[in-house]
Amino acid sequence: MSLVQIEKVYKKFGDLQVLEDISLNVEEGQQIAIIGRSGSGKSTLLRCINGLEPINQGNIHVDGDLVNGQKTNLKLLRQKVGIVFQSYNLFPHLTVERNITLAPTVVKKFALADARALAHEVLRQVGLEDKIDSYPDQLSGGQQQRVAIARSLAMQPKVMLFDEITSALDPELIGEVLKVLEYLAQQGMTMILVTHEMGFAQRVADRVVFMHEGRIWESGPPEQLFASPETPELDSFIRAIL
Amino acid sequence: MEYEFHFEVVFRNSGMLLEGAWLTIQLSFAATVLGLLVGILGALCKTSGIKPLDWIASAYVEIIRNTPFLVQIFFIFFGLPSLGIRMSPLQAALVALTANLGAYATEIIRAGIEAIHRGQIEAGLSLGLSRLQVFRYVVLFPALKTVYPALSSQFILLMLGTSVVSQISAEELTHIANFLHSRTFRNFEIYFVVLLMYLAMSTMFRALFHVTYLYAFGRKR
Amino acid sequence: MLLRDFGHGDILLLIYATRWTIALSLIAFAGGGLFGFAFTILRILPIRLLNYLSSAYIQIIQGTPLLLQLFVVFFGLAILGWDVSAWTAAAVALIAYTSAFLAEIWRGCIQAIPKPQWEASSSLGLGIFQLLWYVIMPQAIKISIPPTVGFLVQVIKGTALTSVIGFVELTRTAQLINNVTLEPFAVYSVIAVIYFSLCFPLTSLSRRLERRLNVSSAN
Repeated sequence: MSLVQIEKVYKKFGDLQVLEDISLNVEEGQQIAIIGRSGSGKSTLLRCINGLEPINQGNIHVDGDLVNGQKTNLKLLRQKVGIVFQSYNLFPHLTVERNITLAPTVVKKFALADARALAHEVLRQVGLEDKIDSYPDQLSGGQQQRVAIARSLAMQPKVMLFDEITSALDPELIGEVLKVLEYLAQQGMTMILVTHEMGFAQRVADRVVFMHEGRIWESGPPEQLFASPETPELDSFIRAIL
Repeated sequence: MEYEFHFEVVFRNSGMLLEGAWLTIQLSFAATVLGLLVGILGALCKTSGIKPLDWIASAYVEIIRNTPFLVQIFFIFFGLPSLGIRMSPLQAALVALTANLGAYATEIIRAGIEAIHRGQIEAGLSLGLSRLQVFRYVVLFPALKTVYPALSSQFILLMLGTSVVSQISAEELTHIANFLHSRTFRNFEIYFVVLLMYLAMSTMFRALFHVTYLYAFGRKR
Repeated sequence: MLLRDFGHGDILLLIYATRWTIALSLIAFAGGGLFGFAFTILRILPIRLLNYLSSAYIQIIQGTPLLLQLFVVFFGLAILGWDVSAWTAAAVALIAYTSAFLAEIWRGCIQAIPKPQWEASSSLGLGIFQLLWYVIMPQAIKISIPPTVGFLVQVIKGTALTSVIGFVELTRTAQLINNVTLEPFAVYSVIAVIYFSLCFPLTSLSRRLERRLNVSSAN
């Protein structure tokens, strides 16, 4: 079984069909980029994978566990799935260190000393060890987003979801965040990322998924998808972006 | 205007007045601590998304907020004994004050919780925290910080409100004033001085809360 | 005194007494509104001394219990040689109380008007009164309505305290009836319901207005 297995998923917001017949498998160590216009359902799909949004039909499995089951323990599931949001969502009242150690100590019952060591380790990976005692509002947007990634990493997830994590950043800060993502990809982290950074998607992703009107419109290796789009929708999307 | 002021009568009884003021302060703090617990519970009920809990909490808040405190305290002290619930004046006062602060605190804390950005809660849930843990670690502190100013004004209002419990003979400051009035008949002097005592207490506590705020929520950098 | 049962007649008496509660509330609100407006203006005029006096007055009223204010007015007016009725003392004290709170609410509303509005108008050469009258007040009045209506509830509840100095309004009537029926549970339940039916509509109205205001300012 694939690490993330999405089968025939449908989802509605009221009368609006936001996801339609979505099937997608992600193997361990793969990096998947999801692209598409806003409103095409890409963020919703991501949020369904860790159970933040319920689905109406179909099944989603992560590491063999059903996400959308009646008896699913979402708490356990979410320990395997990290997610980083567009708006960082760091906890403003906690230091960088406590932001990171909170879930390991509270959820996984790590001893504080172990959690602290872990915080140092993940901050090193995102290059922010020196900011360990800062508060979120003392950091730039790019730094906050890197801390958010570190916070997620500290839970040692099997797969990480990135929801347009560079969209809220000033252009000059995007690079430092993408560098962290590339590093994680090299480390073999399984990643699903919704992004507008086409160059980055091309460079890092094993596979690119183009979503349109709630469906997977086209998918394949990046070189193929970007060089020779099969559908006029993808073609016009790529033209608009580049 | 032939009136001769006799403030010395008041000062001769300053010991009693200070004792009354001390009870006023104790009563205010006790009711605040208990009322805050009620308020947190009420706010949890109102934001739980569970309809019956929401209704109960809302009914409680509306009843308290839309009836006079004096009537509430008469009801509790004189009315409830017909249901077999008997309390001393002080107990009744504490219950009434707690219920009162609880209702206002429910609304204030609810507003504080709702001011927390949804993304904060989602981030907490995504890290594997349970709803209760999200509330405890992610929501509570920022919510308290937002509501602290409103809550501290509410404390002052509560402290001033304690004067009303004199009407069921709980022996706080105003009751002492009433007692001295009946004994000395220097009513204006007594009430004027007691008014100033309340003013001193509310000014003092306002300053104290301000300092506490800076200490608790101001960041050490 | 003979004891009797609490009956329909008593409920009628209570409803009848409610008019005094309403009358006192209206007087307090009208008088308090008038003086409150004056204090608001004194607080925002660029004259230091007036600002201090007005804000000292507000702090004293907001920092002391209404019950004590009632006592001080009641006994204080007597010292001044005015033999006042409970009715007059109640009205005076409640007007003083209401004016301070309304002044504070309204000042908040006026200061909530963004600075550029003030700057833009004064750079157009408007004087302080013109600025207030044409630019600030029309905007401030709009946002002041919900909290003002909300405060009316506090005034109505405040009138209950005038029973303590012997003004026979709703709560005092209830006490008198209770003295002859000894049915406090019924008596106080009934007046709680009466107060609630006076206050709750205002509370909801204030909330609705507030919501409408938020919606219109969000768009």
